[in-house]
Amino acid sequence: MQALVIVAHGSHLNPDSAAPTYAHADTIRATGAFDVVQTGFWKEEPSLREVLRTVGAEEVYVVPLFISEGYFTEQVIPRELRLEGWDVSAWDSDGLSASTATLPAADTGQTIHYCGPVGTHPAMTDVIIQRAESVTGDSDVGQGAGLAVVGHGTDRNANSAKAIEYHAERIRARERFDEVQALYMDEEPEVDDVTEFFETEDIVVVPLFIADGFHTQEDIPEDMGLTDDYRDGYPVPARVDGHRIYYSGAVGTEPLMAEVILERAADAGAEVGSARADVTAAAGATVRGD
Amino acid sequence: MSAVAFSALESALEETPIAYDGLSADVDEEGYQLETPAERIRTDQLETEALSEFAPWVQNWWYWRRECEVRAPAGRRYLRMLERAESMAVPERMDALQEGIATEWGELTLNTSVDHEGRRRYTVRHTADAGGADLEQLESPEDARALATFDAAGRYRPLKSAPTLRRGWSFTEVTAESLVRIIGYLYPASIPNWNREQTGTLDVSHWQPTAERQTGIYGIIEELDLAAVDRIAATCCVDEECLKRREWEYDADTALSADGGAGAFPCREPCSLVVAAARKWTTLERESQETYQIDLTPSEASQLSAIIDAVADGATGEIREADVGEGANRYRARYLREKLFGEEDSLPLRPKQGLLRRMLRGLI
Repeated sequence: MQALVIVAHGSHLNPDSAAPTYAHADTIRATGAFDVVQTGFWKEEPSLREVLRTVGAEEVYVVPLFISEGYFTEQVIPRELRLEGWDVSAWDSDGLSASTATLPAADTGQTIHYCGPVGTHPAMTDVIIQRAESVTGDSDVGQGAGLAVVGHGTDRNANSAKAIEYHAERIRARERFDEVQALYMDEEPEVDDVTEFFETEDIVVVPLFIADGFHTQEDIPEDMGLTDDYRDGYPVPARVDGHRIYYSGAVGTEPLMAEVILERAADAGAEVGSARADVTAAAGATVRGD
Repeated sequence: MSAVAFSALESALEETPIAYDGLSADVDEEGYQLETPAERIRTDQLETEALSEFAPWVQNWWYWRRECEVRAPAGRRYLRMLERAESMAVPERMDALQEGIATEWGELTLNTSVDHEGRRRYTVRHTADAGGADLEQLESPEDARALATFDAAGRYRPLKSAPTLRRGWSFTEVTAESLVRIIGYLYPASIPNWNREQTGTLDVSHWQPTAERQTGIYGIIEELDLAAVDRIAATCCVDEECLKRREWEYDADTALSADGGAGAFPCREPCSLVVAAARKWTTLERESQETYQIDLTPSEASQLSAIIDAVADGATGEIREADVGEGANRYRARYLREKLFGEEDSLPLRPKQGLLRRMLRGLI
């Protein structure tokens, strides 16, 4: 028996917060790769404190649906799951390289394979590009276009920006887009000035966020000048300062994210069989990794 | 009728004797031996016609040992509770299951029944719809997740155990495995926590250790004293707000006086909603009290109470548009605002002399 538990932040206010977590769980459940696929949340139910007892399996792969290594993945989740003997050194990570750590859960005795966050997995690069294809409706998007990968950014945690830069650099190396920039909400270079960073007329903007909410649907569209009032929505593409901006909304809602979750579990030793290929096909993915 | 169950029994006895729920069965050179509390028989063949008295027992064994897909102990104990397996002997229970056995769980009524071969089937409805017609038939357990997300007015439900589950739907005659998943979506973790309580292993985490565990922006909630925590429990955890039965107290030695409720399943620690609200109350309780003065007529003073009550009880929507006899009526509130606020945007509360006096005293 092996179980997959996808853990995410969730929200007391916004039902969209959990929506991608549920969608990816359903996709993976349908592959039959795991005996149980469950979701757990910091702000919703079942809580991180109680999610493990809801799955009967002895072997549990826990994949955090978070963008970067930091407070939640290093402190909150292991504490709330009661991972016995957890210390962040178990990941032996440089801030991007957390893969897995195997620990017992103190309250259930299960063996927990605690994986690194989805956001730092190499496969996430493909999801960003897939997102760019989805929003432009162009499976060859790249030539003549710029790509902005947007992160929250925070002065409190260097890893937050590292994840954004990591994927921006990997996409740049593929020489698919004319220009690739990493931009942030809360630090320089800021997404507000997005058009200043690109020569290309077309700019695809993909926010590296797990779910759509206040930041991706209100702040960023208004800050970039896509709309004066988020309640009116925004056009895709939107004209700003002589550029056409294709703003994709949260990358985490892209169906291909389910594949990254499976990659994390497989890296930690889960038997996933053909599930990755099934999920990629179901997501209609056209991006092939490096 | 019971051919499937007897055939399974025959196969099982080739391996090992069985004993389950009062039925014992074995086979040796002299044939089969079946025993229940009522009867004992030796027979050459497990012919179902001749063994009709044993049929309910064999069906019951077959369902629980062969057919039921739920293997986890918590789920199985729950399912057996639903059919009163620990208090009702098999023949009596199988008869009752023909009619259906009802159990309330939160706002749900679960009805357990049995088909002609002994398979259990479960119907899940809102208790207010238990006998109702014209219900939307839900199929997939994931439909329950969508159901639990919004209330009847379309508002998001951040607390799944709030008594605001929508009506008008039915899961009809689903399998045990589906039932456990449906309950898992409607009342997350309620089955494993109930099971732990039943087996004396519920890991209650009281307010104090829960508050001490918090970090980041929630670290401050440790500041709240017993009286404030009692108010929080009375605010958030009574049955009108949450159907879980609060088992956590201030600490292991200090009970809270607020009512914990009569729910079927326990609440083992302050939830994330309580913790998030407690953070707000922590910052509010840091302010010191002042004495304010405001000029009101006696009716206006009682109107303020009526408004607070209506908001706190979620009753504003029930007050009729033109019922100006109600203090919390919208027109009454608007009139009061016109009178009291004037050009200001809030009540003209004046700190009474006390504040000034204390400041002066500080200077002297």
